[in-house]
Amino acid sequence: MFSSFMVNAWEASTIVAIVAGVVGFFTVLRGSSFAAHALPNGAFAGAAAASLIGVSTLLGLGVFAGLGAVGIALLGRRARHDVATALAIVVMLGLGSLFLSMTTEYAPEIYSLLFGEVLGVSSNALGPTAAIGALCILAVLLLYRPLLYSSVLPDSAEARGIPSFRMELAFLLVIALTTTMAVPVVGTLLIFTLLVSPAATARSFTSRPTTAIVLSVAIALVTVWAAIALSYLSNLPIGFFVGAIGASTYAAGRGWAAWRGRRPAAGAGATDGSDGGDSRGRTVLAGA
Amino acid sequence: MRMPVAATLAHVVFEPGFFSSSPVRVALVVGAVAAAVSGVVGVFTVARGQSFAGHALSDIGTAGGSAAFLIGISPLYGFVVMNLMAAGVMELIGIRRPRGRDVATGIVLGAALGLAALFLYWDTTSTSTTGATVNVLFGSIFTLPASMVPVIVILSVLALGLTLALYRPLILSSLSPDLAAARGVPVRLVGVGFLVALALAVSLSAITIGAILSTALLIGPAATALRLTSRTGTALVAAAAIGIASTWLGILLAYDSYDWTASHRAWPVSFFVVALVFVGYLVVDLVVGRRASAPRRTGATATTGATGATATTGATRASGAA
Repeated sequence: MFSSFMVNAWEASTIVAIVAGVVGFFTVLRGSSFAAHALPNGAFAGAAAASLIGVSTLLGLGVFAGLGAVGIALLGRRARHDVATALAIVVMLGLGSLFLSMTTEYAPEIYSLLFGEVLGVSSNALGPTAAIGALCILAVLLLYRPLLYSSVLPDSAEARGIPSFRMELAFLLVIALTTTMAVPVVGTLLIFTLLVSPAATARSFTSRPTTAIVLSVAIALVTVWAAIALSYLSNLPIGFFVGAIGASTYAAGRGWAAWRGRRPAAGAGATDGSDGGDSRGRTVLAGA
Repeated sequence: MRMPVAATLAHVVFEPGFFSSSPVRVALVVGAVAAAVSGVVGVFTVARGQSFAGHALSDIGTAGGSAAFLIGISPLYGFVVMNLMAAGVMELIGIRRPRGRDVATGIVLGAALGLAALFLYWDTTSTSTTGATVNVLFGSIFTLPASMVPVIVILSVLALGLTLALYRPLILSSLSPDLAAARGVPVRLVGVGFLVALALAVSLSAITIGAILSTALLIGPAATALRLTSRTGTALVAAAAIGIASTWLGILLAYDSYDWTASHRAWPVSFFVVALVFVGYLVVDLVVGRRASAPRRTGATATTGATGATATTGATRASGAA
């Protein structure tokens, strides 16, 4: 399980899990799961375009994910956010189907881009993964306070001169960067699950942002490590284990929150912004 | 001289064999049915802010489709069963509040995609063709057997019937849940009923026209229609009409595109339909948006701004409908 070719898999997945744990916290806090699904899936069209014109997959993914992020932010200025995201993902996938129809030898690659090829990560891929991953973490650190503020209390953040449009665009670009880093090594499915499940689980254990981020990273790490080990032992796809573990940890978190007598929905971030969001937001911020 | 010109034009637009080709005829009928149902269900999906669920169900169904493929029954039944179960779980873990709904949908989607990875892996190792992956993931309007048409029609009628049966309580509880509850509408039950209709509609469209078009025709025409009019009844008709027009024009363009390049490889229908739907939305958004939002600040974004605006128009619309 720790033979030389597996080392790359462990390292790549560790990087991805750390970044996903951090970025995931804000994804769940802001209610951006749809964007976290749309950008990796849509960027897949970029990979198809890159293979068509013969440039690096990473470039194709990066360009498409970035354009997707800008598109969602711009469309979201005038439409509901979920509608904007849905329109963006179908346009990207529609382009993807066009590019796919122009190449012939793509079917196995579809599967690997969608479901990941962790066990086949080459050592060449590790450098870019680590570099882009570090960039993602750096961006989140730089944006930390304003992003937290505008995620929890968008209205008063706006009043204090933190424009929500710019924060939204910045955060979507961080997701796009995460996508570019993660899709070549773990696939679109894994990165989505890692962005949502660990962070959502962490939020049912604590409402303090820093604790939640640490916990989210820890859960993401345990999830991928366990998934790789189980996949190695059982020879079943890793995506299945990530999905199953993600759902189980979330169920466990909700169970814990319910047992502690707290409103489980509150722990999962459901009430933020809708009812009592203001007082709750202040508590969250006070913990920061 | 008029007739020959018209005939030549018709000949150029409708390449020879367009109407006599049996797959094209099936595609035109099935595409129209799926577009109409998606348009009607889509208006409520957009109004209720459930686009993510609407899109997620088309991916979630893949798990059911690949499982059905594995045990050798029609993927359609797999899609329907899986989507109904997923809709139930989403409702159970809290799809009512906006952000909780987002996470609930995400968790269910992640789990279902994990299952899809497993089933697709078994599909590809047991049948040794990668075709299964592509088939299940993307679906194709041109490869649908004509024998499936009756089942598809029955499902459409079910989804449409459920939506229309819930019509009034659905409008009221979509626009103002509090007002609806105060008037004695069982808001949660209506929500569950709508989710069942959504699950049926998405299963049907995902299997017939593929996951991409399923979302495109669910959200695009409905979002366009809701920009054009604030009357729900008119929006339903407009969404269905926009959906059908985009689908038919898309099929026609895909058919014609066979002759566009020297290599004679037709461009995919999904690309054309998505492009038409999106351009339609942009044009309407630009025209209506410029006219309507001139005094309004468009800077306030995202969740708060958008929901606020919908709630206000919602209240006016609800009083009109009631």
